[in-house]
Amino acid sequence: MRYLPHTESDRRAMLAAIGAKDVESLFVDVPAAARLPGPLDLPKAQGEMEVERAFQRMAMKNLSAGCAPFFIGAGIYRHHIPAAIDQLLTRGEFLTSYTPYQPEVSQGTLQYLFEFQTQVALVTGMDVANASMYDGATACAEAAAMACRVTKRKKVILSGSLHPHYRSTTETALKYTDMAAETLAPDPLAMEDLMGRVDSATACVMVQNPGFFGHVRDLAPLAAACRESGALLVVAVAEPVSLGLIAPPGAMGADIVVGEGQSLGVGLSFGGPGLGLFATRDKYVRQMPGRLAGQTVDVDGKRGFVLTLSTREQHIRREKATSNICTNSGLCALAFTMHLTMLGETGFTRLAELNHAAAVRLEGKLARLKGVKVLPDSYFNEFAVHLGEDKDAAAVVDALAAKGILAGVPASRFYPDWPELHPVLILAATETNTDADMDALVAALQGVL
Amino acid sequence: MADGVTTFSGNRGLAIEEPLIFEMNAPGRVAIDLPEPGPVDADRLAGLRRATPIGLPDLSEPQVVRHYTRLSQKNYGIDTGFYPLGSCTMKHNPRLSEKMARLTGLADLHPFQPQATVQGALEVIDQLAWWLKQLTGMPAVAMSPAAGAHGEWCGLMAIRAYHEDHGEGHRRRVLVPESAHGTNPASAAMCGFTVDPVPADDQGRVDVAALKAKLGPDVACIMVTNPNTCGLFERDIIDIAAATHAAGAFFYCDGANFNAIVGRVKIADLGIDTMHINLHKTFSTPHGGGGPGAGPTVLSEKLAPYAPLPFVVHGAGGLHLVEHAAEVPESKPFGRVKGYHGQFGVFVRALAYIQSMGADGLRQASTDAVLNANYLLAELKDVLSPSFDGPCMHECLFDDRFLKDTGVTTLDFAKMLIDEGFHPMTMYFPLVVHGALLMEPTETESKETLDGFIAVIRALADKAKAGAAEEFKAAPRLTPRRRLDETLAARTPVLRWKPGANS
Repeated sequence: MRYLPHTESDRRAMLAAIGAKDVESLFVDVPAAARLPGPLDLPKAQGEMEVERAFQRMAMKNLSAGCAPFFIGAGIYRHHIPAAIDQLLTRGEFLTSYTPYQPEVSQGTLQYLFEFQTQVALVTGMDVANASMYDGATACAEAAAMACRVTKRKKVILSGSLHPHYRSTTETALKYTDMAAETLAPDPLAMEDLMGRVDSATACVMVQNPGFFGHVRDLAPLAAACRESGALLVVAVAEPVSLGLIAPPGAMGADIVVGEGQSLGVGLSFGGPGLGLFATRDKYVRQMPGRLAGQTVDVDGKRGFVLTLSTREQHIRREKATSNICTNSGLCALAFTMHLTMLGETGFTRLAELNHAAAVRLEGKLARLKGVKVLPDSYFNEFAVHLGEDKDAAAVVDALAAKGILAGVPASRFYPDWPELHPVLILAATETNTDADMDALVAALQGVL
Repeated sequence: MADGVTTFSGNRGLAIEEPLIFEMNAPGRVAIDLPEPGPVDADRLAGLRRATPIGLPDLSEPQVVRHYTRLSQKNYGIDTGFYPLGSCTMKHNPRLSEKMARLTGLADLHPFQPQATVQGALEVIDQLAWWLKQLTGMPAVAMSPAAGAHGEWCGLMAIRAYHEDHGEGHRRRVLVPESAHGTNPASAAMCGFTVDPVPADDQGRVDVAALKAKLGPDVACIMVTNPNTCGLFERDIIDIAAATHAAGAFFYCDGANFNAIVGRVKIADLGIDTMHINLHKTFSTPHGGGGPGAGPTVLSEKLAPYAPLPFVVHGAGGLHLVEHAAEVPESKPFGRVKGYHGQFGVFVRALAYIQSMGADGLRQASTDAVLNANYLLAELKDVLSPSFDGPCMHECLFDDRFLKDTGVTTLDFAKMLIDEGFHPMTMYFPLVVHGALLMEPTETESKETLDGFIAVIRALADKAKAGAAEEFKAAPRLTPRRRLDETLAARTPVLRWKPGANS
């Protein structure tokens, strides 16, 4: 077996050194009744060629995004990833290292995490960011719990602008605790009244910007209302590229910013792994979940980096920790920070403009379709579209998929019990979409509507 | 410098000093050529266009490539050398798994494509689930947890949901051995449970009598790591499971150490109700400097209906991803644990590893992992101080009695190993022995590597006993940075770069 170096003579020599007659004797503590006598009756070891063949066969059954005009977003976005990123990401010293508990042999990981934290703080307009969470949805759940710790209150208001997975993950996390989620209805027209709901029992209001249906909102008035009531404003960002063009949540008064970092450097990968972004104000840093890299000096006085403020964490605080998180999303954070480093101020701003321009072009082309209405009057690179009262967006998407076009996500996939959302289709456009893609989409929609 | 070599540049041969990206900024440089976007249509931005610059540095591609290459060279990985970090299963990461995860037909898929266009992706999830169920003997597995701790929480949530559903919502106490990973009590707290610690016996195992005495009508479950964090199999596990079940509670097993028993024990035969599996440990997906991982969680018949959304079922038209409870009337999902459909990229790698190993290879792997740990134990027990008698499983535990009166601590000893070219073992964990040194060699290390490590450990142990505390305190001396001031980092946190503040 190619991953196992021992020869039979190695094994014999080692058993002799141990003083064991066979390997079975090393398993003496396993109850005899539970010991399996030999390998399970399951498929046997295979060489690389056989495994590759099996995976190619599965890969061929899928329609990959690059092989179709592609307009799906809803929290996971398709952007071009520069070639250098994967080349650097697979360097074994990054790929095969553990959480940097031994800083003297982990300065590479610790420095890129420090750079990552700085970049996340900069783009969100916040003071400080952690070294990543699992994904955007779990970051929302952690933010809700943190807001309750900070305010010593128990009510969390979840806006209808939130990604439905962020909402349900947060609801699940609070389910068996003394915290409670108050969830608003899906809000395709951005009509909800959040300010009217904030009261002295509210720990936080959690909104998404741009919202799940596309709206870009000025959150400053909501931030002020939260501040007045002693509640925190948590802003989720599902598409971090938007931060290159739109005022950051920090500038609008957010107390915690969470988000999904997949858009930068990570790729689609069927939705996982991604990485959760988590940023806040300096004054709340000791209530923050997750790993933090911090600057210090070594015994020679040279600048270096370590994991720090670990007294918040489970391996020290156990059941009193700010979170149970241990493994996070280090390698995805590396991809994110590399992509943002390659973009820089100039490239990141330009990428954001290209994305918005693509969505504006798409809106323009959709205007040709009678009865089709773009719902939000403001958006970044994604918007909900109403296809007409009697139309079923899910059927439209299936019909277009059969023609080789991946035409967005029907809102009913998330909200099957909301008939008024069945005609709603959520479309995203990024720098990867050509005019020809958009024309193909519009022509195909014309054919089925 | 500790070795007396100084240079004008501060560089030391291949070890090159590298500034922060923010210190390399030259506005206008680009590392990506993007087309001209044209004028921005401000009508669609609700007047919220960003008003101020972000402050990101501009670099070129060659600078970026060199930056990350140099950073990588300041890291130690499994690819670099022996990484006996106990409880972490740092085994070789096969490159085939990486290649498979990058196949366009698996990598370039969106989670919300119509299901008819992703049948192959659902097959990956379904096949991996099948293997995990076969290897554990359990009837169901929740695939979506993102890591071990997340899987712990998932298993406990299923337990809580079961109790609530059966009018037993008052069961809130969870019994957790003192030797448990810190994530165990933290996960229990997140389910609204209270943690009741169970002491260890003098054999490094759960004190069964103490555990039984703590069982009662308010106990939701026990959380036991097996093999445990002392590297020992819980001999009385079947008895523990029976007593737990008799008290109306469930048995959560922390599966972090599954690598010791894959293919040799089906955990269903031990009476376990739920266990997470760290794909990034047992099934060899890369740790990536701290993730991403994946923590699929197997569930017994009783707990299976409470598995979180989404999950894959076999339907009339092929595989079907269930995203809403109403689609499967008998299901009672406790909710959703993360976005989308689980750590798919990790699944691909784990399945490629499992298919490469097969049933025979997986059994050989756990056997060799246990053999390697026992070999280390046998070759080191006369110079170090083993904490417990008898054979170990896949990791061996020592405490710091061998360093008594030497002035050398476990930490000093571990730091000295770094200069010798090895990654340190896990230190000061588990908490049940003093100054713990926990070594997990894994099955992918050759006898030659182990022999080299053994020779160094023996020499260092002799050296410590001969009185070389000052030298140990000064270690490591040959790394890009020497011992770092962690107290300073925590007392005056500097968690980001700011102009002029980080030199």
